[in-house]
Amino acid sequence: MLNAVAHCRWQGLSSSDGSACTAGIGVFEPMPATKPPLFKSIQDNTVAPAMPPRIERCETPAGVTQQLRGKWTAAGLAVPSVWAALVHHLHELNSGSEASQGRWDLRQMDGLDHVGAQVLWTHWGRQWPADVQADDSQRRILDTVARFAVSQNARLGPTWHARFENFGAVLLRGADHALGLTRLMGQLLLDLLRLMRRPQDGPWRDVSGHLFRIGATALPITALVGFLIGVVLAYLISRQLLQFGADAFVVNILGVSLIRELGPLLAAILIAGRSGSSITAQIGVMRVTEELDAMRVLGIASGFRLVLPRALALALVMPLISIWTTAWSLLGGMLTADLSMNVSLAFFANALPGAVEVSNLVLATAKSALFGLLIALIACHYGLRVKPNTESLGQGTTASVVTSITVVILVDALFAVLFRNVGI
Amino acid sequence: MREQMVDIRQLWTTFPSPEGERVIHENLDLTIETGEILSLVGGSGTGKTVLLRQILGLEQAARGEIRVLGRPVAALAQKGAAAHIGMLFQQGALFSAFTVLENIAFPLRELKVFPSSFIQEAAMIKLRMVGLDADAADKMPSQLSGGMVKRVALARALIMDPPLLLLDEPTAGLDPESADGLCQLLRGMHRDMGLTVVMVTHDLDTIFELSTRIAVLADRKVIVNGSAQEVLAFEHPFIHEFFLGERGRRAVVALRHRPPDLLTSSTDPKGTSWKTKPTP
Repeated sequence: MLNAVAHCRWQGLSSSDGSACTAGIGVFEPMPATKPPLFKSIQDNTVAPAMPPRIERCETPAGVTQQLRGKWTAAGLAVPSVWAALVHHLHELNSGSEASQGRWDLRQMDGLDHVGAQVLWTHWGRQWPADVQADDSQRRILDTVARFAVSQNARLGPTWHARFENFGAVLLRGADHALGLTRLMGQLLLDLLRLMRRPQDGPWRDVSGHLFRIGATALPITALVGFLIGVVLAYLISRQLLQFGADAFVVNILGVSLIRELGPLLAAILIAGRSGSSITAQIGVMRVTEELDAMRVLGIASGFRLVLPRALALALVMPLISIWTTAWSLLGGMLTADLSMNVSLAFFANALPGAVEVSNLVLATAKSALFGLLIALIACHYGLRVKPNTESLGQGTTASVVTSITVVILVDALFAVLFRNVGI
Repeated sequence: MREQMVDIRQLWTTFPSPEGERVIHENLDLTIETGEILSLVGGSGTGKTVLLRQILGLEQAARGEIRVLGRPVAALAQKGAAAHIGMLFQQGALFSAFTVLENIAFPLRELKVFPSSFIQEAAMIKLRMVGLDADAADKMPSQLSGGMVKRVALARALIMDPPLLLLDEPTAGLDPESADGLCQLLRGMHRDMGLTVVMVTHDLDTIFELSTRIAVLADRKVIVNGSAQEVLAFEHPFIHEFFLGERGRRAVVALRHRPPDLLTSSTDPKGTSWKTKPTP
């Protein structure tokens, strides 16, 4: 068998590199004669179709041999046309009547890697053919593939039992969240008592830092959003009121809706998206980088140093932000009312105290403080639950924002029902 | 003369610092030939990892030229780049949203040529080649230990059998057994595939066990580039401190007790796998 190639040459047929092989796949040009046939370079093995993998049928005295040429590497095979042609050819070989599959000559290849070996191994039906001519390194690669290849069984979908268990896991997770939040609230209460007993030991620097970052830096965006909502609302209302000639009521509608509902709600939603997410991410990153564990080992209570200052800062700053947002939305409303239906600024300002009772302002402020506290608690809760990997961090941040916005709106609805007789 | 895998010429790397520009590399020349296992050694801050990242095209040099596989590095980062260079990042850099098998299969899958079952099997072969069991295939990266992360990352780097493999601290954080296994696997790959390996490491055992050549970075350039004996014979304070300190002496003693051919050729009778498994 060793002289198979030499024998091909002896036959002296017209193939350009001197052997009597016929290209198995018609789409490729025969190799130029100037190129050495055993040019085994891996340097440019990805400049794909220079030497595409192909199979040539070769007559030898011992019988028909499949001679493999080209680069049988992942990059060489990864050209769609090459791959399609090769699959087609291998399929033909399999279904062909010719009993030639037992003889393979790999020595003319320009490169073989594990992916190429896998193609051959799969084609051979996961066993060695009767006669394979290959050099040592090719044999080693094929051996590795032979040793490690396993045909994949089709993965089964989830069974009903698994689905039932998943459902149970979802319920348990919900219960776990409730438990965690309750525990966090209890801890916060204890920390507040501790703070009241020894206020001089409190994390005041942290509180002031959070006040600035959550409150002061949020002023521009809340002002802009508030102003624009005021403008839009006033414009829409003015169109309706003009039809009835009830222009003056714009003060009542805008006053009550902005001061009592929209101002606090808008501010809370903005802060939940802006600061809630950042709190979760901050604490979550501390979990990923083991900072939380380090704090615990050093004997520093994470509740007192992380949760308390954030909760305090948010509970303090939220009413202020809410008033700020309300003020800007009222300003937008006043200007629009002046422009679109000649309700003058002076009239608006004079009529406002009569239209909106002071209790509305108290209600809005109390509500905002509660919103702030809830946002901080939910953000800290999700931050502390982050597992030490990046995916969990992303999920935690998203869940934190969605939950805090939902809770804010739910609590707002609850307030609307409970205090329906106050201030209207 | 052998072919050049990586060719670095007149490389300048500078970082902005408060006192102006800080020069990391100054007229650095380094040639890595096909089939070598080169260890990059140097004190901290000498820009070993930066050099590795520049070879990968992740960072730009201020001046100078880097050619990988005969082409400028900028031409490498494109579809199918996994067939040119494999990189084992220090922390593994596994995609945390994918399972182990999906991580390994990802470069092949992105080519959108091979059928899914073929890709899965190819990934499985690589997974088992680096000494992991099939059970690990469905795990998420967050469930893996440090050693397993390294193995999976290596399997992913090797999925398209690139001719050039870069390793950043391959044995850092591994137990000695895994580190030995990694060395053995790399040597096997090197022998079978003609793999060229460039590694940055502080692990003297790995350096002496694997390297066919050691390049020492100091004084902003490669001060010596040669076999272990040549490097040890070179007079430089860093080399004295690094190789001939207490830990270094121990590794060098171990080196002298080993047959000398291990340093120059890399023949490994034990095979390519970390665990010797019976052939079914």
